[in-house]
Amino acid sequence: MEKIAISCVEPSLDADVDPRFGRAAGYLIVDPDSMEFEYLDNGGSQVLAQGAGIQAAEIVARSGARVVLTGFVGPKAFQALSAAGIKIGQGVENLTVKQAVERYKAGQVEMASQPNRKGHWS
Amino acid sequence: MDARRFELVEIVVLSGKGGTGKTSLTAAFAHLSSNRVICDLDVDAPDLHLVLRPEKTKTEEFYSGHEARISAEKCNACGQCMEVCRFGAISEGIPCPTVNPLRCEGCKVCVELCPVRAIDFPEKHCGQWYVSKTRFGWMVHAQLFPGEENSGRLVALLRQKAKELAKKEGFDLILSDGSPGIGCPVISSLSGASLAVIVTEPTPSGHHDLERVTELCEHFRIPAGVIINKFDLNEDKTEQIESMCVKKGLHLLGRLPHDMAVTHAMVAGQTITEYQKHGISELVRQAWSNIEAAAMIRVA
Amino acid sequence: MILAVASGKGGTGKTTVSASLLSVWGKPVVGVDLDVEEPNLHLFVRPEIAGREKAFMEIPVADETKCTYCRQCSDLCQFKAISVLGEVLLTFPEMCHGCGGCISICPEGALSAGSRELGEISWGRAGKAGFLMGRLRVGEAMSPPLMRAVKEKLRGMTSHGAMDVIIDAPPGVSCPAINAVMDSDVILLVTEPTPFGLFDLKLARQAFTPLNKPMGVVVNRAGVGTSDVYDYCKGSGLAVIAEIPYDRSIAEAYARGSIIAETSSGFRDMFIEMAHKVRSMNGGSHGREEV
Repeated sequence: MEKIAISCVEPSLDADVDPRFGRAAGYLIVDPDSMEFEYLDNGGSQVLAQGAGIQAAEIVARSGARVVLTGFVGPKAFQALSAAGIKIGQGVENLTVKQAVERYKAGQVEMASQPNRKGHWS
Repeated sequence: MDARRFELVEIVVLSGKGGTGKTSLTAAFAHLSSNRVICDLDVDAPDLHLVLRPEKTKTEEFYSGHEARISAEKCNACGQCMEVCRFGAISEGIPCPTVNPLRCEGCKVCVELCPVRAIDFPEKHCGQWYVSKTRFGWMVHAQLFPGEENSGRLVALLRQKAKELAKKEGFDLILSDGSPGIGCPVISSLSGASLAVIVTEPTPSGHHDLERVTELCEHFRIPAGVIINKFDLNEDKTEQIESMCVKKGLHLLGRLPHDMAVTHAMVAGQTITEYQKHGISELVRQAWSNIEAAAMIRVA
Repeated sequence: MILAVASGKGGTGKTTVSASLLSVWGKPVVGVDLDVEEPNLHLFVRPEIAGREKAFMEIPVADETKCTYCRQCSDLCQFKAISVLGEVLLTFPEMCHGCGGCISICPEGALSAGSRELGEISWGRAGKAGFLMGRLRVGEAMSPPLMRAVKEKLRGMTSHGAMDVIIDAPPGVSCPAINAVMDSDVILLVTEPTPFGLFDLKLARQAFTPLNKPMGVVVNRAGVGTSDVYDYCKGSGLAVIAEIPYDRSIAEAYARGSIIAETSSGFRDMFIEMAHKVRSMNGGSHGREEV
């Protein structure tokens, strides 16, 4: 199964999903078959005056993940992820990373066709 | 206890034109409302704190973007930076060219193109933001350092913190005082808001600027309502504005007369609704109830 | 000389003062409305517009056939207006600040200059004064690029003669306001004697002092609040150049779109006096009370 990127508040499978894709603390890149993971920090985006979502999309695209699981994705990040061919699952913000992956594997995460958060100047 | 679905309502009070009474009214609405977090999104020239007198419980530094700084030791005075800068921010100097921080856009072009890597690119410390307690409850506000770029990022940050706080406290309303104009900070305060309350005045400037800010609300598909302040200064113009509102499908939230009591209340450090019960305060209370109806806030 | 009429707080009367000064200035002058988000000066001076043009700024346009996805453009851009995701190149023109960096740095020449509309510039005459304004396109987030274009147009208008300039600045103290006042010779700060007026005046003084221009204060709606604003000006060496009294008839005249200096000979004289004081500030000491 393809690698999944999940926005998270800490680098662990038991960490809470970080609801905001663009300004998340970091991303856990998980191999859903082995549950092995690596952590990518997103600290650099906190200082960006604008375009954090686009930068986050770049980070995820470079990681090789083909799926994103998160709470909210704004329109620019959505455009960027879609252009890169990355599938987007929204609305998993009240789960842990592990739970989000399990839900996805069970086919219970609705994949998005449009962003669920209106854009704003960040 | 009935389980109701948690839905946050965000009301932003705007004006287009400055000086129409937006902050005085937001303060009064803070007094009249309940279960809300108050937010001052006019980070450039915040005034709401003058009436609400917040006690800060948390102060955070705000960093956003970068600026170029030329290092005298490394510079070889080739002058390339001056040529590539599109913003006229770099000029001749001794011993080396200098960057004018007021003009520097933080684009990094000079940093990258400097042949001897003599330009540093530190983060910009642009301001501070605060979470405070007031006599009306929680308030989230900020101060941009004068002269800084008001990129809207600080506005977005305040809104996010207000939402987190509201969720934690179980509140369902965020009431925000917005900025004048239609640029970055206003756009940043509008997107995703539930209702824009536009305070205007019956003057050529008020009418003109109201049209632009309502166009902005339409652009971002935010429902909007209008309060005409000082309506008695020009009743013909007031009626013109009200007809325009009806035509555009904007809620008519109220009209308030020009009343020195509002200034007296400000000087006394009170909201108009604290300062007096009758007269204009009754109309302000009515306007607030119209706002609640327009935003469909469930009254607890 | 170039006079900038500014304020920390919105709605204190910048446009009121600018329009009246233009009316009585008495020497060759151009009025410039740099409050490009909400320009109001034209509503009072009612200029005859001689010309209009759209203003644009440069943004990158990609020829993806030449792109090797090396990411140098994307790594350089501080505003995320250009992004490389795998083998896809995306631009976000509305985020671009027009620095030209990506176009310069691309090793393949895959990027060229395109444009984004900022808004419109219009010019003409209002009586004896020249007139120039910018109007930001609704939805365009940044004022400074359009303000720069208006200032460029102004240079063209004033290059062949000794003309004074009166700038109606946007409110506030962040970059649009700084942009409007930074090239002036004298800054006039319009305030009102209320707590909001005083707080924002302090911010304005803090923001503009590093620009090293002589600054004076006009107190509008004098008599409504307290004397704190006068105490502050005295304590910080800011000269109060003029006071416009609070008067309901002025408020009503303004609400009709009248120029205050044209409503009575008393007001006309007041603004003529203001104009003389402002002219004498030019080249004078910075921010200090003129004795």
